[in-house]
Amino acid sequence: MTKKSSATAEGQGEPGTGKPDFAGAPVNAALSADRRILLYRTMVRIRRFEERSLRAYQAKKIGGFLHLYIGQEAVAVGCCSLMGKDDHVITAYRDHGHAIAVGMEMNPLMAELYGKATGCSKGKGGSMHFFDPARNFWGGHGVVGGQVPLGIGLAYALKYKGLAGSCMTFMGDGAVNQGAVHEAYNLAALWDLPAVFIIENNGYSMGTSQARSSAGELGRRAEAYGMAWGVCDGHDLYEVRAFMERFLEMARTKSKPSLVELRTYRYRGHSVADPDKTYRDKAEVEEYRRTKDPIQVFQNALIAEKVMDAALAEKIDAEARSEADLSAEFAEASPFPDVSDIQNDVYWEADNPSQRKSGGRLFFN
Amino acid sequence: MPVLQYREAVRQALSEELARDPNVVVMGEEVGQFNGAYKVTEGLLEKFGPKRIVDTPISEAGFVGLGIGASMLGLRPVVELMFWSFYSVCFDQILNNAANLRYMSGGQIACPIVIRGPANGGTNVGATHSHTPENILASHPGVKVVVPATPYDAKGLLKSAIRDNDPVMFLENTILYGDKGEVPAGEYLIPLGRADIKREGTDLSIVSYGRAVIQSLAAAHLLQEEHNISAEVVDLRSIQPLDMDTVLASVRRTHRALIVEEQKPFCGVGAQLAFMIQSEAFDELDAPVARLSTVDGPSIYSPPVESEQLPNPQRILRAAVEMLD
Repeated sequence: MTKKSSATAEGQGEPGTGKPDFAGAPVNAALSADRRILLYRTMVRIRRFEERSLRAYQAKKIGGFLHLYIGQEAVAVGCCSLMGKDDHVITAYRDHGHAIAVGMEMNPLMAELYGKATGCSKGKGGSMHFFDPARNFWGGHGVVGGQVPLGIGLAYALKYKGLAGSCMTFMGDGAVNQGAVHEAYNLAALWDLPAVFIIENNGYSMGTSQARSSAGELGRRAEAYGMAWGVCDGHDLYEVRAFMERFLEMARTKSKPSLVELRTYRYRGHSVADPDKTYRDKAEVEEYRRTKDPIQVFQNALIAEKVMDAALAEKIDAEARSEADLSAEFAEASPFPDVSDIQNDVYWEADNPSQRKSGGRLFFN
Repeated sequence: MPVLQYREAVRQALSEELARDPNVVVMGEEVGQFNGAYKVTEGLLEKFGPKRIVDTPISEAGFVGLGIGASMLGLRPVVELMFWSFYSVCFDQILNNAANLRYMSGGQIACPIVIRGPANGGTNVGATHSHTPENILASHPGVKVVVPATPYDAKGLLKSAIRDNDPVMFLENTILYGDKGEVPAGEYLIPLGRADIKREGTDLSIVSYGRAVIQSLAAAHLLQEEHNISAEVVDLRSIQPLDMDTVLASVRRTHRALIVEEQKPFCGVGAQLAFMIQSEAFDELDAPVARLSTVDGPSIYSPPVESEQLPNPQRILRAAVEMLD
């Protein structure tokens, strides 16, 4: 594939204007009604999970940071719905959506937020560090841009092993100015790695707008590395899928990397601790919510297709709320880890003493 | 028994593990076509080809992070840093990612990567290229830290490190690369976390690692010849895991401990050792634990002065004599 400019993807028009029929794109036309409903349900589950986690945070059940994904659901669900068995995902700290999108259950996720031993990381990672390698989900990373070299490492291993897979490496628009990200771009292009870099551009790196943080177009930076790239709206699940499929296929079949920018929006502050009063207008949030809410957009599409009706939408919503409530109850009822657990899961050898080959002390108190 | 240079012993370990395990891949700056900045990897590209011996751009955060990511999927990358001093530009990858991934995933991930290269002063390359970060690395739970002093140890420890399922930081030494020693022709492994008594003695225990072991052995010889002092030299070989049993057993025999380290004194490896020795063998000590470190300050360029900044046989000898006065 040659270098792409924005709006060159097949079936894509300028964002928000005279949109082509993304639902009719082959990758979407092939979706069964049940699968469409499942994708809708996944987005709703992400949102209700996060709203429930916010209430738990406000009730001081959750420590640390809580970076909510609300508003961005179509990106994670759209991208992850395209995963095959050798496709992998790694992301940054705003990771709840991706975790649910790859199939993680709410209970271990909510328990992780509560710092409980039943959490997906046994209460050792917290909100920013969800992992599920069995589902090809490699985190959940706290340092901006730090996961991007790991993502190309996953892609490298796939290529080394001769597997026709890809690694989607998600990052926010705030990550694109980190040196490690550019080093990863270079290596992926230099070595033809099956890597898809996905910038989830929600417009703000914490409280600093894109205009105040980044020179030029974020996606176009790929041109400097001879990488294919593209830009797409990220609020329409059909559009995300139609757009992403080509880049994933290029990775899987040609082992070529690409850089895509998905324009999205977060309704909440950078984290729950962000009062969200200093850097954007409430009207901006409301405008997006009113016209581009990813759940509403997809619900409208499914109702128009007669795949779903309002009653089913309400049922899905109620079930998601209930599932989220139950996950909070599960988390509440679960035990905290013990202090003795602090020193488990540090060294493979310490966790597998019967197979330990080294001598000496691994811990010093 | 064959006699090999330190660099040849490292190369032999790499070569044997590359041949043994198809998941082992060697990567770094100039490791292939250039045959290694210090010729450690000389000939490996020709022998194993470009899939296994990978030249990287100067991009440590990129290729170290890549190696860590690849290790999560089961590769066993052996990543060379041309100098360990460059760890500072990939600190986040090593000490946030490699060190913490297993922990933060609740034990779901292993990172069987080895990061290796020289970490030493003494070559007049100034402060930026003379870092000895073993203390900083070892203070991050999740990584292991190995510092071999001899060709025999370098080979046996590197082979163990490559097979280890935890991330291992392997610190070599440009001054030792040309040193020769006996290395068995057949395969052998030296487990991490096992110290080695390089010289037996009765009057004091010199506890050391890396090139400081070689300096300590020279000092021990002089102590015997010139002062009739019998010094035991304990080579830690591995900082993390740490074989305190061997250290304490030696101190219980000699009742004196002199720690010799190519480290700045503040929060160095020696500080930790001194704490543990006094804590666990206080009643055995006939003198306070003594420590000879690098003279505190950035590494000086000036060649004759740098050799006095680092541990050397005369400095070690003086410290030992003072301790026994």
